[in-house]
Amino acid sequence: MSVLVDKNSKVVVQGFTGNEGTFHASQMIEYGTDVIGGVTPGKGGQMHLSRPVFNTVQDAVNDAGANVSIIFVPPAFAADAIMEAAEAGIKVIVCITEGIPTKDMIKVKEYLRGKDTRLIGPNCPGVITPGEAKVGIMPGFIHKPGRVGLVSRSGTLTYEAVDQLTKAGLGETTAIGIGGDPIIGTTTKDAIELLMGDPKTEGIVMIGEIGGTMEADAARWIKKHGTKPVVGFIAGATAPKGRTMGHAGAIIGGKDDTAEAKKQIMRECGIHVVDSLGDIGKKMTELLK
Amino acid sequence: MNLHEHQGKLILKKYGVTVPDGSIAESPEKAMEFAKVLQERTGTDKWAVKAQIHAGGRGKGGGVKIAKSLDEVSKFADQMIGMMLITPQTSAKGKLVRKVLIEQNIYYPGKSDVREFYMSFLLNRKTGRNMIIYSPRGGMDIEKVAEETPDQIFTEEIDPKFGLLDFQARKISFNLGLSGEAYKRMVVFVKALEIAYNESDASLFEINPVIKAADDKIYAADCKVTIDNNALFRHPDILELRDLAEEDPMEVEASRYDLNFVKLDGNVGCMVNGAGLAMATMDMIKMSGGEPANFLDVGGSANPKRVEEAFRIILKDPNVKAIFVNIFGGIVRCDRVAQGIVDAYNNIGVINIPIIVRLQGTNAEEGKELIDNSGLKVHSAIALEDAARLVNEVLK
Repeated sequence: MSVLVDKNSKVVVQGFTGNEGTFHASQMIEYGTDVIGGVTPGKGGQMHLSRPVFNTVQDAVNDAGANVSIIFVPPAFAADAIMEAAEAGIKVIVCITEGIPTKDMIKVKEYLRGKDTRLIGPNCPGVITPGEAKVGIMPGFIHKPGRVGLVSRSGTLTYEAVDQLTKAGLGETTAIGIGGDPIIGTTTKDAIELLMGDPKTEGIVMIGEIGGTMEADAARWIKKHGTKPVVGFIAGATAPKGRTMGHAGAIIGGKDDTAEAKKQIMRECGIHVVDSLGDIGKKMTELLK
Repeated sequence: MNLHEHQGKLILKKYGVTVPDGSIAESPEKAMEFAKVLQERTGTDKWAVKAQIHAGGRGKGGGVKIAKSLDEVSKFADQMIGMMLITPQTSAKGKLVRKVLIEQNIYYPGKSDVREFYMSFLLNRKTGRNMIIYSPRGGMDIEKVAEETPDQIFTEEIDPKFGLLDFQARKISFNLGLSGEAYKRMVVFVKALEIAYNESDASLFEINPVIKAADDKIYAADCKVTIDNNALFRHPDILELRDLAEEDPMEVEASRYDLNFVKLDGNVGCMVNGAGLAMATMDMIKMSGGEPANFLDVGGSANPKRVEEAFRIILKDPNVKAIFVNIFGGIVRCDRVAQGIVDAYNNIGVINIPIIVRLQGTNAEEGKELIDNSGLKVHSAIALEDAARLVNEVLK
C-alpha cells in the first residue's frame, strides 16, 4: 500500500513537449513510472519520448486511460491546465509550476470544490511512492521502499529527510511535496490524514515552515486522531517578519505563524519536534525501534 | 511588490475609491506650489504633508504632519525631504525620504464628527478566499486593537464566484456604526475597493484610517497596497511603479540574476538550493553561533554562472565573516556544483573569508573530493553536523 500514486498510476504530462516537461517526463519514465503520454494543445497526434501527444486531457483519459496528471505548464496558463485535468476526471493532479497568481488559484480552489479530484501543489516537487511511481521532479534514486511517509512544503528539505530515512534503513512509503504557495490543493493535514490511513506507513515526517496555520491545524488533528509517531521540523526560525522567504507562502504575518509558535503547538500535540534538520532520521529510527 | 502611498491611491482612484486630493512633491517649492493649487481646487486651508517611504508607522517618526499655513507646508516638506525617517517598521538607520505627498486636509469641520475606521483586504489562507477585515477603531495599530478589543474586529469573506455582495457591503457599513448619507457612501466605497483589489491583483490593501469626514464623505486617508508578484506579468503599468530606491541594493542586483535573495543583518552569508533548505540553513547558522547575513535560494539547477553571481553579491556585504554553501544535489550532480564553486572562486580572485561547502546527494563524495583537491581555502563537508561544526569553528 501507499497513497496517491502507485504502480497502477497512468500518468499524463501536461506541458509535455516543453523543456521542463520533456526533461522530467523522461526522468519519470526512466524511474519506471507509467507515463502514458502528454498534452500539448495543437500538437495532438505527434509522438514525443515514444509516447502519444494529445490535444486535450480528455483525449488522454479516453484514449490512454490517464488517471494522474503532472503539470509543467507556465504560470500564466497553469490554473487553466489544473481545471482542464479536473474536468476530464483526473483523480490526482500534481502541479509543479511555480509562480501562479493567487487570484488564479482562488478560482481553481473554487472550481475544485465538490469535485472528486485531489490537487497536489502548485509550486511543489510532486509525489513519489518509491519503487512504484515517481510523479514529480525529485531525484528518484535517494528513495527506497519502506516504512515512513513524508509531507513537506519544501523540495530540498524533503530530499534531506528522505536521504536520512533511506540511509537509516527505514525507507519511505510515499513522500508528498504539498508546495510552498499560499493556496495549495492538499494541506499538511490532508496529507497526514492520508498517511495515517495507510496501513504500510508506520511513522510520519512532517516538514513545515513559517507562514499560515497548516502545521498547527495538522498538529491538532494528530492530537485527536493520530495513531502513528510523527517527527516534525519547521524551517525559518531566523526569518524576519513580513518578508517573503523564497516560497510565496513563507511569510510571517502575525505571531502565530512564526517557527517558534508552530513548534510549540506541535510539541503540545505530541509531535516529536527536532530543532536540527540532521536529526530527522535519527529521531524516527528511535521511535520505530 | 509594495507601492508608495501615492501610487496606491492612484490605483484606488482609478476604480472610483474616494481619496483626498493631493500631489507628490520632490522639493519644498513644489510642495508649496501644489498646496496653493489644492487650496484653489478644494478650498482647504490646512494640508497633510506625508513622507513617501515603504514603511508604516510614519507618523511616529515625524513623517506625517498637518500644516496650518503655506509656510508650514514648505517648512515640513523641507524637514522631511532628505531625512532618514525612522519608524517601528524601518531599520534603526531609517529610510531616506525622497518625496512627500501634499494633500487637502480631510479633518475639516462640518455638521457631524469626523470618524476613523480600519479596513483591509487580504487572502484568508485557511479558506483560499479573500476577506475584508474592518473595525470601527481606526487610525491605530490593528494588532493592538485585536488584542485589547477583539469584539471590535469584524471580517467578511468574499465568495469568488459572486464577488462582494450588496448585503455584505451594507453589513460592513452598519457594523461601522454609520447611518444616512455616510452609510450609503460607505457601501459604495467598500464595493469600489473590492473591484480595485481584484482588478489590480493585489495581495494586500490596508486602509488605515478610512475617514468619514464631517460632511459624511468617505475617504481612504492612507493606504498600503501590495501587489502579487506572480501576477505582475499582466500588469505592466503597475510594474513600472516599482521603486528600486526603496529596495536593498543587494536585493535589486540579485533580482537581476533571478536569485531569490533577502538581505539580513548577520555575519554568515549562505547560498542554498531550495527555499525551505535555505531557511533551515539560516537556522543552522544561528544554532552554530552565527547570525545569517542573508536568505539566498540559487534555484534547483544551481548552475555555475548563478553560483558566481551569488558569491559576488554576498561578498559585497562587509559584515560577512564566512560563507556557508549548502547544496542538496538531486537531479543536479554535486560534482558539477563543486566545479561551479571552484570556477567562481577562481574567477572572483582573492576571497579573504572562509567558505564552508556542504554537498549532499548525487555524487556528493566526488564533489567533496573536487573541492578538497582544488587547493582553495574551502572547508568541505557532507554531513550537516560537520558543516555546523565548521561554521562554529571559523567564527571563533
